[in-house]
Amino acid sequence: MNPYVAGTLLGLVLLSAMFLSGRGLGASGGIKYAMVAIVGAVDKDHAMESTYYSKYFENGESPLKNWLALEVFGMVLGGFISGAISHRLKFKVEKSPKITNRKRLLFAFLGGVFFVYGAQLARGCTSGAALSGMAVLSVAGFVTMVAIFGSAYLFAWFFRSLWI
Amino acid sequence: MGPLSILSEFPEWLNLLIALFIGVGFGFALEQAGFSSSRRLAGMFYGYDTTVLKVFFTAAIVALVGSQLLSFFGLLNLKLVYVNPYYINATIIGGVIMGAGFIMGGYCPGTGISAFSIGKIDAMIFLLGGLAGAFLFAETFPYIQTIFLGNYKGEMRIDEWMGVSTGVFTFILIVAAVFLFWLAELAEKRFSRPEITSEI
Repeated sequence: MNPYVAGTLLGLVLLSAMFLSGRGLGASGGIKYAMVAIVGAVDKDHAMESTYYSKYFENGESPLKNWLALEVFGMVLGGFISGAISHRLKFKVEKSPKITNRKRLLFAFLGGVFFVYGAQLARGCTSGAALSGMAVLSVAGFVTMVAIFGSAYLFAWFFRSLWI
Repeated sequence: MGPLSILSEFPEWLNLLIALFIGVGFGFALEQAGFSSSRRLAGMFYGYDTTVLKVFFTAAIVALVGSQLLSFFGLLNLKLVYVNPYYINATIIGGVIMGAGFIMGGYCPGTGISAFSIGKIDAMIFLLGGLAGAFLFAETFPYIQTIFLGNYKGEMRIDEWMGVSTGVFTFILIVAAVFLFWLAELAEKRFSRPEITSEI
């Protein structure tokens, strides 16, 4: 899809979230709730003792019964529908032909660790902090956007062999 | 008048159902934008594909202008819409860590979920890394609380901070975006990588 058309569609989805639920979009938050639910299932005692996890179990309900967790579940459905319509459903490792699968997957894992760690610290990622934050004119949104993209440009030289 | 779920006091199940539908739209838009491809996303940082910039700024401006219009016609109370709080240290340090993750992994969390939904195995591994990152944050939280809470500025708004009206700031942002779109088109010609873009 033309990027400006896709951007308009994305903007209308964000506007709907603001109008219907009084909030922006999010992605890393959903990953956090999934992690909290896993920790709660594996070691409930540890979760209840920790100041970080215990707040998510206070009301006695599953941490997955949450706006962001449901939204992320919907994202997987929406992405799947789009992929089916545009014939892009396929299991594959996407990478530059110059690197091995193993190297691509190692850096994909590390990238995930860094990104979501940073997103927890900054209280949101590209979706929840940068995009949604900019739409409500929050300084935090603009600073997050500049920090993410600025840093990625700064580090791009070191990781160029992964991509070009 | 909106936000509907707050002003009409929707029950929790209805707000969660809305979340699910918003998510479907979000996932659909990201995938249609081509964000399910890490090599396309990475192109933003080497200049050969600038879809990220075009989609990101178009979306931000549509939501910004749309919400201002709804507010102007009395259909949306913007005071009830969440404004991200600004903690200077955490926002900047977190953003820099995210940027490093972006260039290593090729995805951000939203685009990672998008790529996962069409079967990209590298995106599944990225999301597993994301779970590990969230876990690491939770476990190290006691040690980084001072960074997390330092230099709190409240729900600071950029138009107020610059001392201009919302309309003027929105106009400046649109002009800046059009300039960036023009630069992006130039970059795609200058740094074109047909061997990559033909595959994605």
